[in-house]
Amino acid sequence: MFVVTYRKFFYGLSALLMIGSIVALSVWGLKFGIDFKGGAILEVAYTDVRPETAQVKEALAPLSLGEYSVRTTGEKGFIIRTKTITPAEKTAIVEALSKGGVAVTESRFDSIGPLLGAEAAKKAMTSIALVILCIVLYITFAFRAVSEPVSSWKYGLVAIFSLIHDVLVPAGVFAVLGHFQGIEVDTLFVTALLVILGFSIHDTIVVFDRVRENLRLNRREDFATTVGTSINQTFARSINTSLTVLIALLVLYFVGGESTRHFTLALLVGIVAGTYSSIFLGSPLLVTLEQWQNKTK
Amino acid sequence: MFKNRFFALVLLLIGIAVGYGVYTSQIKADSKYPFKLGLDLSGGTHLVYEADTSKIAPTDIGNAMSALRDVIERRINIFGVSEPIVQLEGGSVFGNNEHRLIVELPGVTDLNQAIDVIGKTPSLEFLLLKDEVKDLSNIEGKAISDLFDTTGLTGRLLERAALEFNQNTGEAIVALSFNKEGADLFAKITKENIGKNLAIFLDGDLKSMPVIRDEIVGGKATISGGFVGEAGRTEARTLVRNLNLGALPVPIELASSQTIGATLGDEALSADVTAGVMAFAIIALFLILWYRLPGLFSVVSLAMYVVVNLAIFKLIPVTLTAAGIAAFILSLGMAVDANILIFERLKEELKKGSDLQDAVREGFHRAWPSIRDSNISSIITGVVLYFLGSSAVITGFALVFIIGVLVSMFTAITVSRTFLLIFKFQNAGAFKRFLFSNGFSR
Repeated sequence: MFVVTYRKFFYGLSALLMIGSIVALSVWGLKFGIDFKGGAILEVAYTDVRPETAQVKEALAPLSLGEYSVRTTGEKGFIIRTKTITPAEKTAIVEALSKGGVAVTESRFDSIGPLLGAEAAKKAMTSIALVILCIVLYITFAFRAVSEPVSSWKYGLVAIFSLIHDVLVPAGVFAVLGHFQGIEVDTLFVTALLVILGFSIHDTIVVFDRVRENLRLNRREDFATTVGTSINQTFARSINTSLTVLIALLVLYFVGGESTRHFTLALLVGIVAGTYSSIFLGSPLLVTLEQWQNKTK
Repeated sequence: MFKNRFFALVLLLIGIAVGYGVYTSQIKADSKYPFKLGLDLSGGTHLVYEADTSKIAPTDIGNAMSALRDVIERRINIFGVSEPIVQLEGGSVFGNNEHRLIVELPGVTDLNQAIDVIGKTPSLEFLLLKDEVKDLSNIEGKAISDLFDTTGLTGRLLERAALEFNQNTGEAIVALSFNKEGADLFAKITKENIGKNLAIFLDGDLKSMPVIRDEIVGGKATISGGFVGEAGRTEARTLVRNLNLGALPVPIELASSQTIGATLGDEALSADVTAGVMAFAIIALFLILWYRLPGLFSVVSLAMYVVVNLAIFKLIPVTLTAAGIAAFILSLGMAVDANILIFERLKEELKKGSDLQDAVREGFHRAWPSIRDSNISSIITGVVLYFLGSSAVITGFALVFIIGVLVSMFTAITVSRTFLLIFKFQNAGAFKRFLFSNGFSR
């Protein structure tokens, strides 16, 4: 009952997070990676001593690469980001870096044309929209038998709202990280958002399912009480499931491979937001909807 | 009771057998079912080519593209890469008419070499020397188009090339035969231009420029001159081979390329394997501490989940990328969800004072709708990702995710349930009740 009683406080916290995310997104925006806008990434490793970044820039100066950036990576490596370049231009870069007989190995090279990037962005948007649509349709279908006191499409509506919350928060966090840390969002980030959508709805469904069951068992009870009881009954499960997922993600973040680190971070933020929304946002919103409904009657 | 115990034993044995199978197939050097690693883990080159289909009739595009794939496949086979992938991708899903060719070369990290092999089209062109160009000694620095007229006769119309030798000098000659269209065109050109010079250009270099003496029917021509000595023979032989491999039926342009060095891939792989083992251990510890005996069973079913998944990855086979392995580790955390749902229900039923056996049955029964609904929504996400994923990384992730959800529905429900039911529950004592409770309760 605690959650339902103090729901305004929890709404406030969510509102704060969402507004913060929207502000971060509109002020700084997301920093898109080459997956979406095209460009190239070249990762090299020096065998012996790594030169200073300034020296690298000096070596690259004659190559007319346009705008590019050089960052250090690991102990002996550099990551160089440029516009889309041809393999021949890449060879020129590696040659410039190894001038004077310095041993440089190329560990990774990605070059993506702007056209492919634009298409990836389009596909990403389509998949997010499609996942949300399918899930809402499914919830409406799964809860079709429930119409009193809140009709089934409203469960769907509340679910969408929680989903927007769960996607907005990690997006906001990455807008902040993009601005301060230069972290870019790529197609894996979108994948993370979709997984968050799936997980969060998973969580929301468990609570809704309990509400559905309790409505059948106690027809007389006040709706707010039913929702409150349902949240209490599923509380331990929600926390524990999120906990096992978070264990997996934390281990992956600290121990796992470099290439999936930001992806894991997005998932971590999203899963925490998703767990929060399914307990403190989704189900209490059902109560709020029911009360509005009663007022207008 | 006896049936349940027997069934549990069978499940356990199957699990051990599958696990043993996965293990032995992995330690054997030349295993029939190795894990298939994506390029990001094994190192290699991934290339995306954009095909320019603007000059091809829409109805012919399909044929031209598969011809393109065949040509590229032949070229790669000469390169000697193990298990290369050459795929066509038509962009009809979004109504744009992009046609792409995706090439994956495991183990190849020399990008330039790879691109050379794939993209190198011996461009063969027949050009007519313009009438006004009389003095051939002074053509330095002039563009080809200033000196020659195009004829439309190119390597595209070639049927085959063969290596021949001049009887007298022993010099290599490349004999060309044109297809029907090429033969007709060749006859027409030679008929209309008697007395003119017909230049043969190979890769933009002038190879020879014989004078047309008569109409040539039958579509045969030779390239001679320039193939002198041993080096000349080798050059002629390579040329014949390349011409026979075929000019590309559709011009292609490199749209994106990706190379991952083998070291980077190895490091990522070992980091991910360590992460997987650690995640499993910590989750197992948590489950046993919190859910006690049922927790132990859920660890057994989680272990079954792992071996069944790994076996499926080997058998399908699923190409494992870094993202795919991340999906699998993530799914370890999610797979126990069904168990947690059931155990929480079990606890409630026990609180109500039901008999343990009824509590188990009821717990499973009541938890089922939410397990079903939540897994279906996960599968929806996976399917959308699989079909709309813009890269191999994402489809790899999605496939592992879908398999994980499906397998977990089996292991978490069937396996855990079977194990829980092997116990005799009538008149359970306090200790048994303790074992079946969870959290901070006693």
